[in-house]
Amino acid sequence: MNRSTAGKQAREPTGVPVAVSRWSHAASAFTAASAVGVVILVAVPYVAGGPAEQPLITLLTFIAMASLWNLLAGFSGLTSFGQHAYLGLGAYALYLVASRGVNPLAGILLAAAIAAVISLPVSAIVLRLSGGYFAVATLVVAAVFQIVATLSPSVGGTTGVSVPGLAGYGPVLREALVYWATLAVAVASVAGVYLLVRRTFGLDARAVGSDPVAAASLGVRVGRIRRLAYLAAAGGAGAVGALIALQTLYVEPTSVFNVQYSVYMLFMVLVGGMGTIEGPILGALVLFALQEALSSYGAWYLVVVGGLAVAATLVGSRGLWGLVSDRFGWSLLPIGYRVRDRGSR
Amino acid sequence: MTWVNAVIQGLLLGGQYALIACGLSLTFGVMRIVNLAHGDLAVCGAYLGLVLSSALGVPVWVTLPLLLPAAFGAGVILQTLLFGRALRHGMLAPVLVTFGLSVMIENLLQVAATSDPRGLNGGALALASFRLGSHITVSWLFMTAFLTACAVLSGLQLLLSRTSWGRKVRATADDLDTARLVGIRVRPLFATVAGIAVATAALAGVFIGTIGTFDPLEGANTLIFAFEAVVIGGLGSLWGTLAGGMALGVTQVVVGQVNEAYAVLAAHLLFLAVLAVRPGGLFAGQHAAREAREAPGVLG
Repeated sequence: MNRSTAGKQAREPTGVPVAVSRWSHAASAFTAASAVGVVILVAVPYVAGGPAEQPLITLLTFIAMASLWNLLAGFSGLTSFGQHAYLGLGAYALYLVASRGVNPLAGILLAAAIAAVISLPVSAIVLRLSGGYFAVATLVVAAVFQIVATLSPSVGGTTGVSVPGLAGYGPVLREALVYWATLAVAVASVAGVYLLVRRTFGLDARAVGSDPVAAASLGVRVGRIRRLAYLAAAGGAGAVGALIALQTLYVEPTSVFNVQYSVYMLFMVLVGGMGTIEGPILGALVLFALQEALSSYGAWYLVVVGGLAVAATLVGSRGLWGLVSDRFGWSLLPIGYRVRDRGSR
Repeated sequence: MTWVNAVIQGLLLGGQYALIACGLSLTFGVMRIVNLAHGDLAVCGAYLGLVLSSALGVPVWVTLPLLLPAAFGAGVILQTLLFGRALRHGMLAPVLVTFGLSVMIENLLQVAATSDPRGLNGGALALASFRLGSHITVSWLFMTAFLTACAVLSGLQLLLSRTSWGRKVRATADDLDTARLVGIRVRPLFATVAGIAVATAALAGVFIGTIGTFDPLEGANTLIFAFEAVVIGGLGSLWGTLAGGMALGVTQVVVGQVNEAYAVLAAHLLFLAVLAVRPGGLFAGQHAAREAREAPGVLG
């Protein structure tokens, strides 16, 4: 309904009807290509088998993490550096439901739900702060979750637990199932964030992200928008955490509650381009390439990751995708509107 | 008696938290930057102390006249090269830049110094203690850390309230644009504030390294405790920060007396409880609490 009123308001002063549209030829072509791409990715286990699956699992996990963090920081202005809290929570939730006989694939959904439910009371506390204070408070939450896991003998304390996993299936099928589950979560994260920010929610979230006081004065319910973004990102992170547990088959506090995951999210979104749908995917590709090239250098790899994130912020916060779209005028997954009939495109 | 002892040790521990936290408070109050690398800068101070004291073969206290100016210089450089630039890119940029810096520092330290835990040579002071009554022993090192925290806080308070530099800082903190209009040169002012903040962090780092051990990843925990002290005490109040640090320290030591494993968890939970019940802070007065709620960093 916002869209039609926006059109009307634009029309009244000039008297000339102005048609607005979101979609473009480039966007249609890209959506079609993405659909074909997803079909190809689904077919990978049949065609290429195991060796191709492992790197793709890593890449798809990165894409899911980046898209979800972008919803939080890029669109809603909530720079949480404690999203690894929900990754760990999801991993432990998967262990808990799988050890009670639930199919681990269904367990991913349950883990997401559990993470979202637990994030609700947490959000009531941490969302009292904003900006840098919010960021540190989320680190505290992650520390609390990690200590609680360490102190709970039922999930193995400091030593951790092995996840029952997909024991009933053969090794080839098991790996393919994990791959498909990762693909499903990645596609659902990107598509889910895209569909969410195309709604009025997206407009409100961006208003809250750029100036909460101004947004509130225009009637945007700042608290509600922030809570929704936090819940959605936590649920998504829970699903990703469950995937990590299925991929590694072992859940241990120091590895699943690792702040490194939050560093990766920050890097991918900043380098790729904050507040766009395409940017985080591009950022995930960059991080993946960087990891392949530099992971043998240990700590230097993270120095480069941190340094590039700082540089991306200081050069201009629109990232690689910002450079591409400025240069070529592309918007492959548009979230705004443009006037249709004036331009040549 | 063990309980009285625990409370006393906790109060003294709180002084250390406040010493780290005052730089964090100052940077936020004046520049509106929450420096997520503050804890890592404290750890850098400890490593610098380690390098200097082992190179010169003296206790770390002797190296302070070299160490503190170096830390001040580092703060000035960071403000000029990074933080000042980040501020021009909006509200979120400083948060992202300081977090990126924190990641870089932690990993560079791992490359340069390995992840082995280290300790600093505190000389005779590290082992000295005195007795209170017949059952309580207080380490002179803890006492010195506490008194140093009080001295730094009083010094900052005096600087801010009594000197012309302090008036400029307060004016800039209140309203940046008006401060510029009346002729305050904001950039050098910010640079000195950042220098002081990093110097206090380095001083705190030296105490951390002398009292316990430290490793490259210690900064994250240091930041969290300092930040909790600031929030529990109430944003924008230096003495509140000391009180917040003491509340944290007492909680940690008293709970640790019952079960060591729950000590850190209890401190974090105290912070979350304060945030849930009194987001303005426990020790802030009516006025300060209102200010804290209205500060740009906090939406109550």
